[in-house]
Amino acid sequence: MKPLRNFFDALQSKVRETPKLHKYQPVVNAFDTIFFTPNQTTKNGVHIRDGVDLKRVMGTVVIALIPALLFGMYNVGYQHFIQLPGAHGFWEMFRFGARRVLPLVIVSYTVGLTVEFTFAVLRGHEVNEGYLVTGMLIPLIVPVDLPLWMLAVSVVFAVIIGKEAFGGTGMNVLNPALVARAFLFFAYPTFMSGDIWVAGATATDAISGESLLGKLGLGHAVTGGTMRMFVGLIPGSVGETSVVAILIGAIILIYTGVGSWRIMLSALIGASLMGLTFNAIGSGALMSFPWWKHLLLGGFMFGIAFMATDPVSAAQTTRGKWIYGFLIGLMSILIRVFNPAYPEGVMLAILFMNVMAPLIDHVVIASNIKKRQRRYRSAIANS
Amino acid sequence: MGKLIKFARIFAHKSTPFFLMSKDIRFRRGLDIKLTGESVPSIAAAPKSSVYAITPDDFHGETPKLLLGEGAEVKAGTPLFYTKRDARIKVVSPVSGEVVEIQRGARRKIMEIRILADRDRIDYEAFRVPVISNSSAEALKAFLCRSGLWPYIRQRPYAIVANPDDEPRDIYISGFDSHPLAPDYTFSLRDKRAEIAKAVAVLKRLTPGQVHISLRASDTDSPLGGMDGIAYHRVHGPHPAGNVGVQIHHTRPINPGEKVWTVQAPDLVVIGHAFVKGVFSPERVVALAGSQVKQPKYYRALAGAQISSITAGNVKTGGKRLISGNPLTGTQVREEGFLRWYHNQITAIPEGNAHRFMGWLLPDRKRFSLSRAGFFSWLTPNKRYALDTNTNGEHRALVVTGLYEKVFPFDLYPMELLKATLTKDIDRMEKLGIYEIAPEDYALPEFVCPSKTECQSIIREGLDLMIEEVG
Repeated sequence: MKPLRNFFDALQSKVRETPKLHKYQPVVNAFDTIFFTPNQTTKNGVHIRDGVDLKRVMGTVVIALIPALLFGMYNVGYQHFIQLPGAHGFWEMFRFGARRVLPLVIVSYTVGLTVEFTFAVLRGHEVNEGYLVTGMLIPLIVPVDLPLWMLAVSVVFAVIIGKEAFGGTGMNVLNPALVARAFLFFAYPTFMSGDIWVAGATATDAISGESLLGKLGLGHAVTGGTMRMFVGLIPGSVGETSVVAILIGAIILIYTGVGSWRIMLSALIGASLMGLTFNAIGSGALMSFPWWKHLLLGGFMFGIAFMATDPVSAAQTTRGKWIYGFLIGLMSILIRVFNPAYPEGVMLAILFMNVMAPLIDHVVIASNIKKRQRRYRSAIANS
Repeated sequence: MGKLIKFARIFAHKSTPFFLMSKDIRFRRGLDIKLTGESVPSIAAAPKSSVYAITPDDFHGETPKLLLGEGAEVKAGTPLFYTKRDARIKVVSPVSGEVVEIQRGARRKIMEIRILADRDRIDYEAFRVPVISNSSAEALKAFLCRSGLWPYIRQRPYAIVANPDDEPRDIYISGFDSHPLAPDYTFSLRDKRAEIAKAVAVLKRLTPGQVHISLRASDTDSPLGGMDGIAYHRVHGPHPAGNVGVQIHHTRPINPGEKVWTVQAPDLVVIGHAFVKGVFSPERVVALAGSQVKQPKYYRALAGAQISSITAGNVKTGGKRLISGNPLTGTQVREEGFLRWYHNQITAIPEGNAHRFMGWLLPDRKRFSLSRAGFFSWLTPNKRYALDTNTNGEHRALVVTGLYEKVFPFDLYPMELLKATLTKDIDRMEKLGIYEIAPEDYALPEFVCPSKTECQSIIREGLDLMIEEVG
């Protein structure tokens, strides 16, 4: 590692000593700190520090996303080949999927990081690790046939309007990855519905390219076994279909303490309650669709495991997290059932609750403040 | 009638009034950071330092007004300076000798007052000690000021030296220090019961309220235990259990306008000593600890002693950080630096100024973390670590939530309070409970923060702002 270290040391001193290059310091730092933890030491305040930093936190989320990514690659191939005649092997399917998915990942990272680096240089702040996660999330929540230019435009929109306009990672109100997806849905509505969920959907089956939720929304019967939904061999966005892969990721997040289990659990409870309520009413195909199957369909699981738990856009207080998650679950199913034209409710539910999160925190903190002020008042009365 | 008297006796027998009853303080939130190099219970006398120094910065927020110049002869207890805020508050010399240097920094700020100590003896200023039992609070305060003992009495809110004009609601003393590698007072102060009792008797007369002493629940042998007329509390829980702010919060939290005074347990010894012997002698039993110490143990030394007089021959060579105080709240010093006024500990840990390849990604068994993302410290809760001073990452905006709360045993919202402090929103700081905390209470949130925020200095600035705006 010595030559690499020497290279960075030389680069660092070059940037430090050349006034013209000063503004590129964040770029050099970003690459340097990917390879090496900086040699910074504590000054005043605490002299020792916990081993964890934001890079590791974000890296953990990316690792947790890898099962969904790998399964997504396989499923893209699987969905493509089952509509074609003939037998196709596992690796053939995986290779096909990888060839389709990797460009999405590469474009997402390249475009997003370019915007991030540009902002870091222009505004003179360090490059934040937030995009490591966003850049992986975006390809996983878009249809595989999405033209790369559309992806690029949505990434630019998400990073600039969703994040940098607010001051960068940590300051944003909305989850940037969901901003990208919402942008796609509202900017290109004709593309973002219908036969887009299967790569190269041929006309062999008129609705094979439709996601199960889309079918449900159109009033078609949803066929296919529960196991299929659980494993994820159904059409849908690249990474959202497999409950198994998402659960592996969720377990990683909960075990490492990076993702909030409170949000995930309360979202499950909220969605189940809403589903049960609709089942009890039971008018229409959507309402009588079994509540527990709702949990397996669409982007629900993916949304609550990876997007609702984004600490920046979620509620920040412990009690607030319970409320926040619960309402996300509730609203996801509510939107699904009441708006058949737009059955994928989890995205809008999370975005809406992102906006509401500060309000939830405000109420939670206000009760703490009120308690303290009661004590203040009684102390004054007693004195 | 006889029955009635019997009945009355049952109540009369209750020797402790209800408000003095001991209270158990229990919480789970917090963190004991276990470091290698804990001091073994053995006390050595440190060789006498040739130079002693007083650092005015130790008395936060006070501007020193010098009473004598370079070349002046002083005795132990001779005032060196008074504070601009209150001319009665004086800081005195720890030893007899000659003021050899007044070191100044930017804008002629006084950084250090150095005293060349007399070689073989210490001459003391003789004080006329008031009789505690028939002195008024005012007379006792006047003596404490005159003798240089006053700075040992500090106040909450704000964690600054107390104002002699105030009448504190209560006085709190933490009977133990729960910081990493902290001295064990039950050992280090074990033969100081007489001095402690004397000092506590003085403090009792300064407040219309109670003197509260908190002890570790497991400690049955504390030299601060067993005194009459004291509100004792037993604390169950991890660090910051020993922080006096936590103890106040869990017993009688501070409201706006109230003043509570606090005194460190080892400082009671100095106060008591002055009342027993009539002289000022800031003797400390200092724990020399940390992974860079060869034989971690205790040393008897005076406040202001040169660090090297204590560490000489007992610290490892090579890159190390010397800290006067503990690794969470202490002050970085050099070997030729000095033991700070309020400190009872010197810590030596490795300096962490090295790059680590892929340090953010690879699993790490040497580093301690509250998180499980590639760290294994949660698997071995009793393992001790030789942590260095590396920040383990760069400063970032606040992202992760819910982590500060895990190590912050107060019923208030640490991150929201920190943010209100950062934005200097005084109204909100007050509402969120700024009066109840001191910078040291934010040491653990600062330690665990993945964004490497300097919480303690932010809170310190916030408290200074409150002093300015609210008073």
